[in-house]
Amino acid sequence: MAAAPQSHDSAGVGAGKLDVEAIRADFPILERKIGDRPLAYLDSAATSQKPVQVTEAMRRFTEHSNANISRSVHTLGSEATAAYEGARAAVAAFIGAPSADEVVFTKNSTEAINLMAYAFQNSTIERGSDPRFVLRPGDEIVVTEMEHHANLVPWQQLCERTGATLRWIGITDAGRLDLEQVEEVINERTKAVSFVHVSNLLGTVNPTERIVARAREVGAIVGIDASQSVPHLPVDVAELGVDFAAFTGHKMLGPTGIGMLWAKAELLDAMPPFLSGGSMIATVTMERTTFAKAPAKFEAGTPPVVEAVGLAAAVDYLRALGMDNIRAHEKELAGYMLEGLESVAGLTVIGPRVPIGRGATVSFTFEDVHPHDVGQVLDSEGIAVRVGHHCAKPTCVRFGVAATTRASAYVYTTTDEIDRLVSSLEKVRKVFA
Amino acid sequence: MDLDELYQEVILDHYKNPRGAGLREPYEGESHQVNPTCGDEITLRVHVEGGEVADVSYDHTGCSISKASASVLFELVKGASVDDARARFEEFSALMSSKGLGEADEDTLEDAVAFQGVSKYPMRVKCALLGWMALKDALIRAEASVPTPGGAE
Repeated sequence: MAAAPQSHDSAGVGAGKLDVEAIRADFPILERKIGDRPLAYLDSAATSQKPVQVTEAMRRFTEHSNANISRSVHTLGSEATAAYEGARAAVAAFIGAPSADEVVFTKNSTEAINLMAYAFQNSTIERGSDPRFVLRPGDEIVVTEMEHHANLVPWQQLCERTGATLRWIGITDAGRLDLEQVEEVINERTKAVSFVHVSNLLGTVNPTERIVARAREVGAIVGIDASQSVPHLPVDVAELGVDFAAFTGHKMLGPTGIGMLWAKAELLDAMPPFLSGGSMIATVTMERTTFAKAPAKFEAGTPPVVEAVGLAAAVDYLRALGMDNIRAHEKELAGYMLEGLESVAGLTVIGPRVPIGRGATVSFTFEDVHPHDVGQVLDSEGIAVRVGHHCAKPTCVRFGVAATTRASAYVYTTTDEIDRLVSSLEKVRKVFA
Repeated sequence: MDLDELYQEVILDHYKNPRGAGLREPYEGESHQVNPTCGDEITLRVHVEGGEVADVSYDHTGCSISKASASVLFELVKGASVDDARARFEEFSALMSSKGLGEADEDTLEDAVAFQGVSKYPMRVKCALLGWMALKDALIRAEASVPTPGGAE
């Protein structure tokens, strides 16, 4: 059985740094060759790689304890239930949630955000709903111009269906939220504010204080899309003062198929169910159903049990590394990447150009070469980057580009990999010059 | 991976010097196609006269493969009968779905044979087909607005 990694504090390479070589040894995929080149995986913002501790925990569970949860009295059933609920507790502790019951497991971030949006939609349709969730024409929902489609389309749909108005906070040329707009865009008509904590395209880390304070002032429910923040920074939901946060397992060293919605217990109680069916009920007759308390109320059907086990192992792994150390490591890589990329003639960074208030996810355009072509040539060098609109088309439009090439780093990323990215751009230039 | 196989000189030449680019009048059929995975777009028009594709014009944003493909399409289809244009579409589509195993006929596909290597890269096949999908659609629209004597189906 693989052990959790050693704590990488001051005893490591240096204060605030990670022992990257030791970490890399936990990720067998990083030894892969693409053709005859070693893989340089710079696409962790799309999905992170998984350490053996995660895959091993999932294999062990499957081979030793697999059973459905909650309703079984047999030994395997109780082991599976304990593992699943243990994962919930691990996640709650990881994000500073006051209670494990405030963590709802979903399929991914997208489903978690839809769960919130549908709480508004269903409350609007049903009688006797909590008025905070009821939308009328004239009411407003606020997002930002730098949302992933996952935190845009569900709210857009909600507004279309209820007659509410969608509004958004714009982006400055430097790739930051235009906080000057906060007081105007968030106002007495605002019922909900949902904004991205860290942009998946620009890499910007958004300051939350002013937006949260303004939402409080006008009595709106406020939450964050934390898909790109929980894996990379210390996130404490109580400290942030938000009402809900959505994030996903596969971007934080865990498996695909499991996401999370954290929301305040009091809100979860006030929200109607999203998906309905088995496991989420209190009693059922042919005529009507009463529902279980949260989180079960929002977890219809058999949940992703083995995925939860893998996720818990990922949380353990991240905790052992220390989120402060991870942040420091990525801040260093962000600076290194920005410096390297900006030294390339004809390259334009889309997003903040300084490693302050940003993560190690850097989007860029290169000459007139289409990102597909950039990505293809980089792949021939073993370098995996993401190309396209990154599910944030309005952000692309804001910067006048159809698509970008995006490199993103994580705990296992080395400066050597970034060097290879930078030097390979010359090969791109050669092919398309 | 063999980059030269994908980015054949012919493809890069069409990419750098696109033939027939720009939108022109008159036209009977126009189609707008989007590749939702990457956001590439093309607007393509066909001018059909007497059962013949008198002109193909287009405006697009996209990668080298999709741009070169539209340029090659222009050369192949302009001046061809509507029937022949459809036949080229079928032939090119078949080549693109061949996973690198198709045998391109240089007599009919001319420069488009250079795209044989693209068919090995499933992520890029859609790029190569974007303009051709627009052509197919535009021809249908043109036919609906002006029946082409002696042409088609």
